[in-house]
Amino acid sequence: MTAIVIEIFLIAILAGIVGSILGLGGGIVVTPALTLLFGVDINHAIGASLISVIATSSGSAVAYIRDRITNVRVGMFLEIATTVGAITGAFLAALIAPNFLYYIFALLLLYSAYAMVKKGKEEIPVNVPQHPVAEKLGLGGEYYDKALGKNITYNVDRVYEGFGVMYGAGVVSGLLGIGSGSFKVMAMDVFMKMPLKVSTATSNFMMGVTAAASAGIYFLRGDIIPVISAPVALGVLIGATIGARIMQRLKSKTIRKLFIPIMIYIAFQMIYQGWGA
Amino acid sequence: MGEQQQAKRQDRAAEVEIAISKMLRIGIVLAGLVIVLGLVMFLVTGDSGYPGDTFPTSLPEIIQGIMQLKSVAIIEAGLILLILTPVFRVFVSMFAFIHEKDYRFVLISILVLVILGLSFALGKVGA
Repeated sequence: MTAIVIEIFLIAILAGIVGSILGLGGGIVVTPALTLLFGVDINHAIGASLISVIATSSGSAVAYIRDRITNVRVGMFLEIATTVGAITGAFLAALIAPNFLYYIFALLLLYSAYAMVKKGKEEIPVNVPQHPVAEKLGLGGEYYDKALGKNITYNVDRVYEGFGVMYGAGVVSGLLGIGSGSFKVMAMDVFMKMPLKVSTATSNFMMGVTAAASAGIYFLRGDIIPVISAPVALGVLIGATIGARIMQRLKSKTIRKLFIPIMIYIAFQMIYQGWGA
Repeated sequence: MGEQQQAKRQDRAAEVEIAISKMLRIGIVLAGLVIVLGLVMFLVTGDSGYPGDTFPTSLPEIIQGIMQLKSVAIIEAGLILLILTPVFRVFVSMFAFIHEKDYRFVLISILVLVILGLSFALGKVGA
């Protein structure tokens, strides 16, 4: 037992590092690791991955918010869209076969992977106008970029489109249960033209809230197994703390290079599931 | 917007953020310590306190288990603390925004809490 707990703990550290850097919450590592390596039941693996999302979110947010990478105002504003979207998705799941939705979301992911490739070497978005709604809500921000060694002031554009994609991210999480982090990053990076680091940090920040509601339900159902979830929680908390330090020293183009293949991977995973569904 | 006004707004925003960051740190440290305690107890004694692979899933049972120092009940208490951290975070931001007289964002915080409560009550939310 002790050996398994230690193995899960070590994998969870990795999940926390990856999740906190890319804004994906860590479920992308935890779910497949638990099901494939340890033969954990899928529902129990999702339960543990919800714990990992919350741990990544809160663990990385301590540093990201303190260092002003997270845009708290943008995050809280967009949480309205993701939470409503999550409810919609859960209800839709009972009404319709999600096949074609898998394809739509996969296409959207591939499109944004393409948009990210096009951005290529761009470190910081330039000439971004401040959207009127962003002006009204005070959404623009400023942070100190440790990789570039200077302060970055940024505007927030296309708030409506971003809000719409965030709603989509919520629907995805409620309907398909995967990939919502990548949509959140996409909404902020591709549509609202925010700096990539701000986008991944804010995505992580937002994810904890939705995951908390889901985790509550999984907990009451008995799908959060304490002995599995405990090493996941501890490992991810440590990993997220480390990841939040690493990410700040990485160049945006490096993070983007890590992000693009993962988006393509999630897109194909969706197509595959749509095929089978 | 005047420059002075903007600077003031940024200062206020910074206060909200510091409050949230501190609250999150307290939440995860507390949750982490309780989980470590329960997990170490479980691994050292090899006794979960419950028959086989079972464990309690309701709050009264868990509280009872903690009173009896059952390792798995203690782990679960830590996990509950961890799950509640983001929810507390929204509460703390709401009060911080009230304090900063930023009523638009007070409203946004309340809205998020209501939607979360609703989705929890409906038993339907995503991952």
